[in-house]
Amino acid sequence: MDVKDIIKEENLAYKKTKVLTDNEMHYCPGCTHGVVHKAIAEVIEEKDIQEKTIGISPVGCSVLAYNYIDIDWQEAAHGRAPALATAVSRLMPEKYVFTYQGDGDLASIGSAEILHACNRGENIMVIFINNGIYGMTGGQMAPTTLPGMPTSTSPYGRDVKLAGNPLKMTEIVAQLPGTTFVARHSAETAGAVRKLKKAIRKAFDNIDEKKGTSFIEVVSTCSSGWKLQPDASNKWMKENMFPFYELGVLKDE
Amino acid sequence: MVVLQAESEVAAANMLYGGAACGKKVMTSSSSPGVSLKMEAISYIAGAELPALVVNVVRGGPGLGTIQPAQSDYFQATKGGGHGDYHSIVLAPNSVQEMADFVELGFDLAFKYKNPSMILSDGMIGQMMEKVELKDFKPRLTEQEIIEKYGDWATTGKTADRERNVTTSLELQSELQEQFNIKLQKKYRELEANEVRFETAFVDDAEYLFVAYGSSSRICMKAVEIAREKGIKVGLLRPITLYPFPKKELNQLADQVKGMLSVEMSAGQMVEDVMLSVESKVPVEHFGRFGGIIPSPDEIVKALEEKIIKG
Amino acid sequence: MKEEIIIAGFGGQGVLSMGKILAYSGIMQDQEVSWMPSYGPEMRGGTANVTVILSDNRISSPILNTYDTAIILNQQSLDKFESTVKPGGVLLYDPNGITTPPSRKDINIYKIEGAEEAAKMGNPKTFNMIILGAFLKIKPIVKNENVEKGLEKSLPVRYHKLIPLNLEAIKKGQEVVQEIQTV
Repeated sequence: MDVKDIIKEENLAYKKTKVLTDNEMHYCPGCTHGVVHKAIAEVIEEKDIQEKTIGISPVGCSVLAYNYIDIDWQEAAHGRAPALATAVSRLMPEKYVFTYQGDGDLASIGSAEILHACNRGENIMVIFINNGIYGMTGGQMAPTTLPGMPTSTSPYGRDVKLAGNPLKMTEIVAQLPGTTFVARHSAETAGAVRKLKKAIRKAFDNIDEKKGTSFIEVVSTCSSGWKLQPDASNKWMKENMFPFYELGVLKDE
Repeated sequence: MVVLQAESEVAAANMLYGGAACGKKVMTSSSSPGVSLKMEAISYIAGAELPALVVNVVRGGPGLGTIQPAQSDYFQATKGGGHGDYHSIVLAPNSVQEMADFVELGFDLAFKYKNPSMILSDGMIGQMMEKVELKDFKPRLTEQEIIEKYGDWATTGKTADRERNVTTSLELQSELQEQFNIKLQKKYRELEANEVRFETAFVDDAEYLFVAYGSSSRICMKAVEIAREKGIKVGLLRPITLYPFPKKELNQLADQVKGMLSVEMSAGQMVEDVMLSVESKVPVEHFGRFGGIIPSPDEIVKALEEKIIKG
Repeated sequence: MKEEIIIAGFGGQGVLSMGKILAYSGIMQDQEVSWMPSYGPEMRGGTANVTVILSDNRISSPILNTYDTAIILNQQSLDKFESTVKPGGVLLYDPNGITTPPSRKDINIYKIEGAEEAAKMGNPKTFNMIILGAFLKIKPIVKNENVEKGLEKSLPVRYHKLIPLNLEAIKKGQEVVQEIQTV
């Protein structure tokens, strides 16, 4: 049997959503950015809101997210995505606006913008990718780097006396009255991705109902920055990240 | 209209960036230290080629400086201010009437050139009161009208009939980034050719020239009156656009006058552009009071006599 | 017509609002006007002055060296501005708190007991309108009816009930201003 005999409509078991472009992703092997992009794109297709969704991409590895999800995008300066999203959502309240930010972007340089956007209860979704490291710039210590975790700027491990403690942004924003849905997920298994997708769906539904800010952290790996193989990264994440950044729904109002 | 008090100037200017990318008319205003914080987003807006209006009511600096009027943000406003090779279109009103009128002009130019516009005012115009006639409100353009007039670049949601719109200033390939810079420079040359605005007074028989913008130009007008009563034939050129700068006109006037005095409430910023414009044809000097001090007309006449006429 | 005026005193004396009412009154009779304040950062008690220009033609500088009229409400302001009155110009002052009265011989000098008259009227806040009345007696550059319109325009609506009292104070100032010397 030739391969062409297999590629037939009736044999189709899986199809990429049309909201994802055909561009080849630049992410490293084992990175979950692509999986999270896909989850967002699938929800956009399922809700049939491609024409009404505007994404705000960050600075970091996902700076080029606009090459992969086929919607209108704005590319923000480091950390400022929530400020842009505020303007877009307020000027076009009927649109679905989301930011996609990493931990360096959201928890460090953009800590003011995210706190105030969440506190104002901007009617947006925030996707917060937390891999405890500045991935794109060379694996430097992030505000979310675990105590003792080695990075290129903390080669002997994060010394909290010197560098301070990791910030649990998700716990912080859960306390703000402007947030309506706050959850921490991961995307390393099919089951985890299914749960994540459900959360994204809920966040978009919350925008329909004008309920305020939905904030979803995705605990992730960075094989390149962590200097581990993808499978070892996932293992390290489960053993070290999950106990500190506990998965689950923190707030659902 | 949506009005929002942002948590910081950084956020305010980035909200401006987001709003501009939606094709909306967006503006923000602050005074010098706040405008420094806005420079990040202004650079992004210039890099993403978006229309927006920023108002700077200048106070004395550097640092926290003083809350009194100054014109010491000229360099920041006209030479870019943020990072990268870019210019904002800079309008310098010299009356409360122009403060109002330049909002419309600033938006028109910003949309025409897809470039940030700045109204560079100062604490003197910011605090004074004058008669103002407000023009009738014009109806806001619809999304469709904006597309027809200025192009289909706004991020209003990707419809089936077009490619996705992406607002970005990122280009990782240097060759392409260079091409983009060349495109920006072409736009600036076009601005310099078509959008220079200035005003002159008493230049027909002038032997000397004051060059002053904004509040200083008002005080210089009085200085012209006083000097002419003393028999000194002095005129005034007042740049209305500080970028693009009236280079050609100053160069031509340099063939006529014996010297020019750049009068600014700064330690000497615009004077550099005046010097570049006149290409050393005649002496150019600077006179300024700064740190929040407004020069008096008499002081200006005295400076003309000492620095240009006797000098 | 062009009248260049400096009004100077302490913050809280109503210097700036008096200038504002005068400027609005000018607008009501189609004059060009400018109102340029100068004051320290403190809202009360510091020195405050305002340059007001009313003119039939476009106004050049709102900042001036010399004035047609100086309205002086404390000693510091007298020390600072007496010399800036144009020869033949007007200096109007309230003697309350003045220890060294004006001495120039080439200007017209008038006195107004503003603080005292305001106390007599039972409302110290009428002080600045008494002063304004005195000025308008010396230089009737705006008509009383336009001052009334100027008051309506410059006072918030919640204070409009005070307009009759203000007009009364202006009238009082016009009555009690005293001529010291004319040239």
